[in-house]
Formats: sequence, C-alpha cells, structure tokens
Amino acid sequence: MVAATAKKSAPVKPSMTKQASPPRQAEKGKPSNQDKKLLLKMYEDMLLIRRFEEKAGQLYGQGAIGGFCHLYIGQEAVVVGMQSTITNDDAVITTYRDHGHMLACGMEPKGVMAELTGRQGGYSRGKGGSMHMFSSEKNFYGGHGIVGASVPIGVGLAFARKYSGKNTVSLTYYGDGAANQGQVYEAFNMAALWKLPTVFVIENNQYAMGTSVKRGASTPDFYKRGEAFGIPSMKVDGMDVIKVREAGEIAVAHCRAGKGPYVLQMETYRYRGHSMSDPAKYRTRDEVDKMRAERDPIEHLQAQIIDAGFADEAALKKIDQDVKKKVVDAADFALTDAEPDPAELYTDVLA
Amino acid sequence: MPIEVLMPALSPTMTEGKIARWLKHEGDSVKSGEVLAEIETDKATMEVEAVDEGTLGKILVPEGTENVAVNQPIAVILGEGEDAKSIGAGKPAAKKTEAKAETQDESPKAEAKAAAAPVAPASTYGHQDDTDLGETKVMTVREALRDAMAEEMRRDPDVFVMGEEVAEYQGAYKVTQGLLQEFGDRRVVDTPITEHGFAGLAVGAAFAKLKPVVEFMTWNFALQAMDHIINSAAKTRYMSGGQMGSPMVFRGPNGAASRVGAQHSQCFASWYAHVPGLIVVSPYSADDAKGLLKSAIRDPNPVIFLENEMLYGRSFPVPVDPDYTVPIGKARIVRKGKDVTITAFSIMVGVALEAAEELAKEGIDAEVIDLRTLRPLDTATIVESVKKTNRLVSVEEGWPFAGIGSELAALMMEQAFDHLDAPVKRVCAVDVPLPYAANLEKLALPQAGHVVAAAKEVLYR
Repeated sequence: MVAATAKKSAPVKPSMTKQASPPRQAEKGKPSNQDKKLLLKMYEDMLLIRRFEEKAGQLYGQGAIGGFCHLYIGQEAVVVGMQSTITNDDAVITTYRDHGHMLACGMEPKGVMAELTGRQGGYSRGKGGSMHMFSSEKNFYGGHGIVGASVPIGVGLAFARKYSGKNTVSLTYYGDGAANQGQVYEAFNMAALWKLPTVFVIENNQYAMGTSVKRGASTPDFYKRGEAFGIPSMKVDGMDVIKVREAGEIAVAHCRAGKGPYVLQMETYRYRGHSMSDPAKYRTRDEVDKMRAERDPIEHLQAQIIDAGFADEAALKKIDQDVKKKVVDAADFALTDAEPDPAELYTDVLA
Repeated sequence: MPIEVLMPALSPTMTEGKIARWLKHEGDSVKSGEVLAEIETDKATMEVEAVDEGTLGKILVPEGTENVAVNQPIAVILGEGEDAKSIGAGKPAAKKTEAKAETQDESPKAEAKAAAAPVAPASTYGHQDDTDLGETKVMTVREALRDAMAEEMRRDPDVFVMGEEVAEYQGAYKVTQGLLQEFGDRRVVDTPITEHGFAGLAVGAAFAKLKPVVEFMTWNFALQAMDHIINSAAKTRYMSGGQMGSPMVFRGPNGAASRVGAQHSQCFASWYAHVPGLIVVSPYSADDAKGLLKSAIRDPNPVIFLENEMLYGRSFPVPVDPDYTVPIGKARIVRKGKDVTITAFSIMVGVALEAAEELAKEGIDAEVIDLRTLRPLDTATIVESVKKTNRLVSVEEGWPFAGIGSELAALMMEQAFDHLDAPVKRVCAVDVPLPYAANLEKLALPQAGHVVAAAKEVLYR
C-alpha cells in the first residue's frame, strides 16, 4: 500500500482545480498481491455505484422512480475508501444521498433499486424510498431525509457499541450542508466527552443543494470544527480512494483504540444536480466538465491499477461488463417486481 | 425588634418541608448570608441562609421536624440589646422576614416571596374503583416512577437512563434519586444541556437495540428534540419495512407546574397523540405511574410518557409486586356512575374526581374515566360508558383547539352519535399562553367548578 499522505498535523490539501499526478505504485516498491485484490475490489465497488446511479437517473427520467432522488456520481471514492476500513459489525449511517453507501455496505443492488421504484422487493418493502432505506443485516442505519439528524443518531450507534463493550465503530457520514446544523456540534460535544467510537465523515461536495460552501460556511475548513471539541481531524482528497482509505484507517484505528471520535473532511464533488429536479444553475458546465476530466475518482484508480500492472484494459473491461449486468438485472427486477400489497399500508407502524 | 425566620419556599411547588439540621444554635451570632439550617424538600436538601444579622434567639421548630409548612416561623433572630426572654411572652415580631435559599435566584425583595406563597395542593383523590392491587405500600408518584426504572434496569441490562441532571444531581425533580448509586454512570448518564443532540443519540442507541429511558427536565424542552422524536423515533420502523425501530421511553413532567410561566407550562398530549408510530401515556396515580412506566420500558415502540410535576409528591397505594405492570392502551373507570361520563388524564383525573364528589352532593352520579393511554386510545371503554350515560365531558389541561377533547368529540360523533343526549363538552385550559400571576394562572387552568358546570350543562340542569 502507498504510504500515508494524510497526517493530522499537515492536512492534505486537495487540489480540486489542477491535475493531480497519480501516485506511482512502483515508487513504493513492489506492490503485493493483497494490494492488487483490494484495488480491484475498490474499482469494482466504485464502478457499481457509478453504473447503478446512472441507471437510477435513467429510470427517474422514465418516471419509474418518483419523489426525490439524489445521485452519488462523482463521490464514489469517499464511501468505497471508508468502507474498506471497517467490517460488517461496524455501523454506518448517512443523510439522503445514500445509494452509494448502501451498495458499499454490501446491500443488494436489486433490493435498493426496487425500493427506488417502490416495489415489494425493496429494502423497506416500498415504504421508505430513496432517502429512507435500512439494512439491519448489514448494519446500515439509513438513509435520513432530515439534514443533520443522522449525526447524533450515528453517535448513538457508537454509544451503543461502547455500552455493550464491543470494539466496533460507527461511520457517521454527512455533507457540507449538514455541517451547518447545530445538532452536529451537540453530537461532537457528546462524542468527545464520552469518547464514543465514531468517525464523522464530512463529504464536502462543494454545494449544499444550490448554496456553495463559500456562500454557506464561514470557513471551508469543516474539519477544524472538531478542534473546538478536542476531536482530531484531517482534510482528505476525497477524489482519491487510496488517500481516503489511508485516512480512514487512521481514524478507525483511533476509535478502536478507545480514544474517541475522529473527523475527516473529504473534499469531493458531485457531478449531477442536488436531486434529479435540480437545473444546477449555481455552477457552470465548465466547472463540472473540468472536474470530470481531471479529477474523476474511477479513472484515477484505473490509472493506478494499470500503472501497477494489476490489470490490463481488457480485465478492467470485464469488470465493467459484470457490473453493468448486475445493474441491468437490478433494474429489470425493480421494474417487474410487484408493487407492495395494499395491506402493507398498515404494517410496521408499531412493533 | 425580634425577627421571625420563616420556613422558606424553595421551589415553585413546595408547600412544606423538613428541618433536617440546625447549623446555628440558640445564642449564636448570625451574619447575613450564614447558613442557619438545612431543609429537606421533596426534591432536595437545601441550605437556608440568614437574611438579617443578630443573635439566634430561639429555635421554634427543632431539627428532625417534618411537614413544616411554608411561611411557618421556625426561629427568631434578636437584634442588639434584645433579650431572648421577651420572645416567649411577647407578641409575634412585627417585622417578618424570610430566610432565603442559597440555590435560589437572588431575589431583590425577600418579602415579595412571602406574598407569593404556593397554594395548598389539591386534595389527593385516589381511584375509587375496585381494581385488585394485591398487597400495597403507600408511596409518592415520584418514588413509584423511580422504582419502575430501577426494577426494569435490574431486569434488563440494556435499559439505561439519560438526561440532564439525572445522575449526580439525583434528578432535577428527584425522580431518578438513587439510580446512579445502584447502577453507576455507565447506565445513568448525565447529559449536557443538549436536548436535540441527546434525543438523537438515544434514538441511535435504540436502533442498535439498547432501551434508553430519556428524561426531559420538562416536556417544554423537548420541543428542541421534536425532530428526533417524530422523524427519527416514530417513523423508522415503518420506513425500514419493520427492520429496525426505537424501543425507548421519553419521559418527564408535562403541563403546568406552579407559576413557572408560559414557556414552562404546556400540555403536549395532543401534539404527540397525533403521530402514528408513537405511544402516548399519561398516568395520574402512583400505581398507574409505576405499572405503566414498566410497560413502557418493556414496549418495543417509542413511548411518550407524560408525567406531572404537581403529582410527583402525591401518595397512593402501589402494589409491592415487582412484576406488577399496567397494560398500555387501557383506560380505567376510576369512579362508576350513570348520569354523565367525565374523561380526564394526568392531574385532571383528580380534578374530575373532585368534581364528581361535588356533583354527587347535587344528586348527579358521574362516571370518571382515567384515559391513562392517549395513543392508542381506549375508545371502546369511553363508548361503552357513553352508551350508559349518554353524555360526555372531556377534561384536559391542554388548549381546546385540536386537543384531546376535540378528538373525543369527533370519535363520539362517529361511534356513539345515536347515544348522545347532548353535545360533547370540552373543559380545557383557556386559549392563551399560561400567565404568571397567581390569579390569572388559576383562571387559565381547569378547576373542579368548571367540570361541575360542564356536567350540569350536558345534563341540562
């Protein structure tokens, strides 16, 4: 694995506007077989999210998905890098841009897509929709439509882990918009006070709906807000899955060592609108095109894999084909599965 | 001139207390600000400071005396040249003063507080039904709630209590007294003043299968936590297709206390009763408080448990059996009658029972139903009663518009219309924020007289 480039004392400066030179695996000595497996797995996971979201966008356009639908395209490196640092016993929670998190937790694409189309085979049997999906089996706790509300809940998941004496953690994802909610800092305070094992992962995709960070936050350095509570933090290039993973390993190890929470600010970018109905007039087409061309996290990893000699283009193409098939199958299922039985209306209100 | 030291009121609801200890003795010189005595209220042990300087001439109430009424003289302070001998013989001091509690706000006028002495508590009307409680012990609602939590914590290691001042302070209203000592700070968790945050944290813990009992110092403060109660706790079971839920209790005092003003005096029953996914419980007596809180803690759903500060100190017989529980969703006919049905919950049950006694003197036989659970409401019991009496008066401490009484009126139209001989009558708080002045506050809240008048109205008498 490449050496850690993210250190607490010297936060990584994301270079969002200029071409980043891909790290050279060769410089770090001969990469191990373990690295190969991991990188290819991360590549596949990121690609699955990308293709899944593209398909969801299509289905929304066809009217098969209703309501709000927030796509994760562009941010794949964040969740895939972070999830690679935890196990299935750890808990995950996020806000409403959640499809990527579910897939990265190992939830079935069919079940997620069928929830998007409101079918009985969906994870919530059609009663949650895009923003409200859960998996107790995968320890995925949503999927929350109220911006910021998932943050104290994520701390509560960590509280339960500490209470029960389990050496597990929670990952509490939220965005740059949620970072301005007061309850986030109520949660910071309690997490630090009680040394609760959670990693606050701020996905700074630069826009809270239509409000850019500079128009909505007094300072773009969200990670520094942890310092006020004595929570160690760092800023990470969220377009580079390896850097995300390295930072995640430091943060998760800190939590597992009983030292309390950690804050990671992931500098990332969403290519699509806030939701499917967002005309995105608050940024230029050029800005988006430049990010896609120069900073795409999947292309970046692809280059690293090829550079390291872990796979050739044909092998990567095979991965792409497999992923596409999975997504097509998920879409087929989501379009043909039955709608929930009308009796479902009344179930699951109370236990 | 000798100055009487009066038993001070140390909380909005205190009417009496115990002189736990005299720190000054007869003949000791006393300076302003020095601690004279320790007083035990129903909530805490507090120090009484001297306001005036002089010599402690006589202690009128020895230490260890219980039930000393607020404003009763407890000692006399002598000025320079005054003699203790003059006290017994002489008339009561012309100038009265009051000791002030160290923990209270600095009041510029001690005398002003004497004028604002709390009203005597309403008499405690016990349930007058024939429910078999088995062997009982008389205890306060406060003790019953504490015992319920302690017993459930012994029974289930996943149950924990959290909230502001629940642990080291022993509870702002002393409801969690002793829990920290028995269960430790892992399970009795003092939170910062951060209702939004700790309500959310508790929901997360419940998602992860713990069973939090969240105390709000009062339900007024839970407005800050409303989003988590409704959007996070109540809806997740449904939104997750039954995969995860919130097995938890949110509890604390609800409604008016005694002259604490509009922001601290509000009944939230109808707010929460509106929401699917919640259970809403609001008991009156100590036996129901204990039995229902135990059921609430065992329930796999989020339960809103609305207590009442004025009831905390009232005593009722409570079953000693630690397995005694009261089922959620069942009303209790606390007084049988045939002429008119009166429904109430929480402190208003006492008001309704008081009214029923008044009505009995006039030959009107009222049936009083303690709703106990507001969601799910035991509609069947109310309908059955109305079929017998053909009249319904709903009593609540909340506001009239879209209140519990409004719902009862609608339900009776839907389910008992042909049995009604008069329109359903609502007795509620006046539709204003609760005022501070003693006379205005009393005018704003339902009294037994209002219930009597309403009952007569539906009886056309």
